[in-house]
Amino acid sequence: MIEVRGLVKRFGDTTVLNGIDLTIQRGERIVVIGPSGTGKSTLLRCLNFLDRADAGTVRIGDLTVDVARASRAEILALRRRTAFVFQNYALFANRTARGNITEALVTVKGMSKAAAGARADAILGDIGLLERADAYPASLSGGQQQRVGIGRALAIEAELLLFDEPTSALDPEWVGEVLDLMRRIAEQRQTMLIVTHEMQFAREIADRVLFMEGGAIVEQGPPAELFDGPRDPRTQAFLRRVK
Amino acid sequence: MGALDLDYMLGLVPVLLRYLPLTLAMAAGAMVLALVLAVALAMIRVLRVPVLDQLVQGFVSFFRGTPLLVQLFLFYYGLPQIIPAFSAINGVQAAVAGLTLHFSAYMAESIRAAILGVDRSQWEATQAVGMTQLQAMRRIILPQAARVAAPTLLNYFIDMIKSTSLAFTLGVTEMMGAAQKEAASSFRYFEAFLLVAIFYWTVVETLSIVQRRLETRMNKAFAR
Repeated sequence: MIEVRGLVKRFGDTTVLNGIDLTIQRGERIVVIGPSGTGKSTLLRCLNFLDRADAGTVRIGDLTVDVARASRAEILALRRRTAFVFQNYALFANRTARGNITEALVTVKGMSKAAAGARADAILGDIGLLERADAYPASLSGGQQQRVGIGRALAIEAELLLFDEPTSALDPEWVGEVLDLMRRIAEQRQTMLIVTHEMQFAREIADRVLFMEGGAIVEQGPPAELFDGPRDPRTQAFLRRVK
Repeated sequence: MGALDLDYMLGLVPVLLRYLPLTLAMAAGAMVLALVLAVALAMIRVLRVPVLDQLVQGFVSFFRGTPLLVQLFLFYYGLPQIIPAFSAINGVQAAVAGLTLHFSAYMAESIRAAILGVDRSQWEATQAVGMTQLQAMRRIILPQAARVAAPTLLNYFIDMIKSTSLAFTLGVTEMMGAAQKEAASSFRYFEAFLLVAIFYWTVVETLSIVQRRLETRMNKAFAR
């Protein structure tokens, strides 16, 4: 179980996260929606300390961290229980597709090169890129890069998968293959926290949808409830705009 | 105006050739040491290690702000007067040490710039998968920075090869020292110094070819 309490993040005078409380059950698939600049990405980035929150606690499994006082070792331990999929893929430019997947297995998890390579090939097979295993990111399409990005996140078997607008930087022609892959991951009941603007996708795979605005969770519920009968006027206004 | 004495020049070729290995060895030795030192200095600056960062800034400022010749004289002729232990150092060692310190200051700055030039998302990706800062540096950031810094570093190496000629002022007989000695006994200054110039030029041009090949290879991962 993952539990976030009172998470606050400020950039200068601007409060981007205004005391977020969130509990995520094991295997739960949560989609976060909301207007741009409301702290959706920041919430994800604070959960694995890409951005450091100013106050609050984050608990993943039996590890609880007070973000304001977290030591370097605690941050590292927490990060190793999460995996992150970036909007811009952020593949290691000096590693092949296979190398991107084996990198953390070898350096972080201490697997042997052979075992890591075998795991990577299995994942590359899963994401349909085994024949591109030796290609460097620069020679892969956007969709292929993001699939490798997702493969890299899957490989470390984290307790929580974080997806930060994984299809927003993609040309429209590549969006489908990435969403398909995410659907398959969702079917395996991985714990997922996804920020996306793909409303149809959210409706299909989410157990719960959070609507965020102004650094707070305004409303949340099962997709059918939130999309078809939003109660808060801000949710209603947002959904009208995106339809 | 006297004619160019080609026979004399040709006769000098094997003489200078004998000192080429020392010139190359000093340059190669100083380059390896300077690279190791420069990477360490650059990492201290990029990771903003307290206290050390300020020391490195002072180091870089001094070695970039004073002439190499002055530094060599200061260490070889000056330092032993203050610290007697330094008098055990010979000219070759002093020259290599001077070249190392001098060029590491320049190289540290270009390595630092190259590290800072690596896209921020690369750092974030290493953090997201749980790598430590050192692992990230060694495996992801430095290799990418190396590709950016390589042309500049090779230029410094070229500069370093030429700068080994200053070792002659510390009493070392390397290529320049040998040419100077030959010229002084034959009074054929033009021939001797023209020949030593051709030697340096040839070495540097050879290196430029290696440089181009190396860059093609290092860009492999980034070819579309």
